[in-house]
Amino acid sequence: MTLMKSLAGASAALALMAGAALAEPAVIYDLGGKFDKSFNEAAFNGAEKWAKETGGTYKELEMSDEAQREQALRRLAEAGSNPIVTTGFAMSDPIAKVAPDFPNTKFVTIDGWVDPATNPNVLSIGFSEHEGSYLVGMMAAMASKTGTVGFIGGMDIPLIRNFACGYAQGAKAVNPDIKFVSTMTGTTPAAWNDPVKGAELAKGEKAQGADVIYAAAGGTGIGVLQAAADEGLLSIGVDSNQNHLHPGSVLTSMMKRVDVAVYNSFKAGDALDTTPQTLGLKEEGVGYALDDNNASLVTPEMKAAVDEAAAKIISGDIKVHDYRTDDTCPVYQF
Amino acid sequence: MDYNTLLQILDTAVRFATPLLFACLAGLYSERSGVFDIGLEGKMLIAAMCAGAVAALSGSAWLGLLAGIGGALVFALIHGVTSITFRGNQLISGVALNFLASGLTVLVAQRLFQQGGRTPPISGEARFNPITLPFAEEARQIPLIGPFYAEVISGHAILVYLAFASVALTWWALYRTRFGLRLRAVGENPAAVDTAGISVTRLRFTALLITGVLCGLAGAYMATALQAGFGKEMTAGRGYIALAALIFAKWRPIAAMWACLLFGFFQALALRPDVVEWMVRVKVPVPFLDALPYMLTVFVLAGFVGKAIPPRAGGEPYVKER
Repeated sequence: MTLMKSLAGASAALALMAGAALAEPAVIYDLGGKFDKSFNEAAFNGAEKWAKETGGTYKELEMSDEAQREQALRRLAEAGSNPIVTTGFAMSDPIAKVAPDFPNTKFVTIDGWVDPATNPNVLSIGFSEHEGSYLVGMMAAMASKTGTVGFIGGMDIPLIRNFACGYAQGAKAVNPDIKFVSTMTGTTPAAWNDPVKGAELAKGEKAQGADVIYAAAGGTGIGVLQAAADEGLLSIGVDSNQNHLHPGSVLTSMMKRVDVAVYNSFKAGDALDTTPQTLGLKEEGVGYALDDNNASLVTPEMKAAVDEAAAKIISGDIKVHDYRTDDTCPVYQF
Repeated sequence: MDYNTLLQILDTAVRFATPLLFACLAGLYSERSGVFDIGLEGKMLIAAMCAGAVAALSGSAWLGLLAGIGGALVFALIHGVTSITFRGNQLISGVALNFLASGLTVLVAQRLFQQGGRTPPISGEARFNPITLPFAEEARQIPLIGPFYAEVISGHAILVYLAFASVALTWWALYRTRFGLRLRAVGENPAAVDTAGISVTRLRFTALLITGVLCGLAGAYMATALQAGFGKEMTAGRGYIALAALIFAKWRPIAAMWACLLFGFFQALALRPDVVEWMVRVKVPVPFLDALPYMLTVFVLAGFVGKAIPPRAGGEPYVKER
C-alpha cells in the first residue's frame, strides 16, 4: 500500500513536471520597461490576459541593457520556456543567433524580422503602423487649429519613421497645406526612456506652431503627453490606449495590438505557426482608441471621416505608403 | 533663426540649467570645504525619488520638496561619516553612494507603487507649476526686452528663481561672512583653521549638510517641476555635468551660474538640430551636441581658458596630529 502510494505520488510529480516544462511560455520586455504605459505594457497586458483565462503561469524578463539580450534568451530556453515572445526590433539579431541551438523552442519577435527559411522555429510579427498612423494623422489635421501637426519619435529607425510617414500622409489627405514637424528623441536605445527630453521636444514643437503632437516613443512619450497637457495642446498616444493618462488632452491613441500578438502566441503554445505575420487594419492589428476619456475631443465628423478612410484602406481604395519598402516618404523628407 | 526661436531655446536652457545650478553650488560648498563629492548624482537621484513619492502620496509639492531634501541630507551625512569621521576615501564613498541611489530608488519606488520603479504621475498642487511674473503680458509690447522678460525670465517654477537667488546668497556667504572665510580656509589649509581654534570636522559637516539641502532642491526640481514624477535614472548624469561646470567655473559661485547656463544652453540646443543645422550650415550629429559640455571641460582642464586650481586640501581627510 505504501509502495503504491509513493509510486502514484512519484508519477503524479513526474506528470506535473512534464506539464510545467511543456506549457510555460515567457515574454521578454524591451528597454522601455514593462510599465512604459505603451509598447511593452501592451505585451504585459496580453500575457496577463492569457494567464487569467487559462490559469497558467508565464516567465518574464525585463531588459536593462543591450548585453543581456542573448543571455536572457538562452536562460529562458534552457529553462524550458516555450514559446519565448520578445518585443522590439533589437531582439531579432540575438534570436537569429540563439534559435538554431534550441530547435524545439519556438521564438516570437514582435516588430523584428528573422528569416523563417533559415530559422523555422522563429515567428516574426510585424504591424502596419502606417495604416493606424494615417487614421490618427487625419484626426490630428482635423483637430488642429494652427494648421501645424507635430510628431515625436523615439529612436530614429525605419520602424519609427514609418509611424511618422503614415501620420503625415493622413494629415495631408485632410489638409494638403498642413505643416508637419517631426523630431526624433535620439539614435540610441536610451531614446525609448527619456521623458524629460520628450517634454522639452514637445515644447519645442509647440514653439514651431504644432498644437497636436503624436508621440511614438515608448516611455519617452509619457513626457510628451505630460507636456502637451501642461501646455494646453492635444496629444496622440501610441501602442496601448493612453487616453486615460490625461483625459481631455489625449486626442486618441494609435493602438498597436501587441497584446493580441502576445496572447495569440501564448495560446498557440508549442503548436505555434511560424509563417511571418503582418497585422494591419484588416487584421485589427492597428487602429485608433475611442473611449470616455476622449469622447468630447472626437467630433462625429472626425469619426465618420476616419471610419470611411479605414474601410477604404481595408478595401485597397486608399494606399498608404509603407516607409520600410523603399526608405522614402512621399510627403516628408527625413 | 528668428528672435522667437532664440527665446524659446533660452527658455529651455534656463529650465535645464536649474538642476545643474543647484547641484553645482552643492558641489561648491563641499569641495570648498575640502571634501570631494562625486556623489552629487546619487543625492539628486534619491531626492528626486523621495520628492516624487511624497508629492504623489500627499498631493503637496512642498512636502515633496521637504522629503527630497531629507533624502539628500541622509546621503550627505553618510558621506560625511565615512569621509570625515572615519577618514575614508572620498571618491570611493561618493561612487558607492551613486550606486546605492541608483538601485535603492528603483527598489523603493517599485515597492511603494508597483509601476516599474516609477512614481505615479502627479499634477496640480503636487507639482511646482510655472508662475507668471508681474507685468509679463504687458511687457511684451516693449521691443527686444519685453518678449525676453515674458518668455525667458517669467513663467518658471518657483525653484528656478530660488536657484538663481542661491547664487547671490552663496556669493555673499562665501566672500562676505565669517563662515565663508573659514570655509574657504578649511579647503586650503585645514591645519591653520584648526590652529585658530575652529573645528575642522564641524565646518566640513556643515558644508556637507548645505550640499545635501542643495542636492535635495535639485532632485525635487527634477521630479516635481521639470517632470511630473520620478523615473528610473532620471537625473541622467546631471550630477557629473554639474561637477564639470564647477571645474569650468573654477569653484566660484557667479562663474558657476554662467557655466550652468552655458551647459543648459547646449542641452537645449541639442533638442533643436534644425536650428543648429541652420546656424552652422552642416548637419551636426546630436550626440556631438550632447558631448559638448564634457569637451569644453576637457579644454578648460587642458589650460585653454586659464588654470583651474582646486582647493588645495581637497580629497585629503584631515588628521590632527601626525
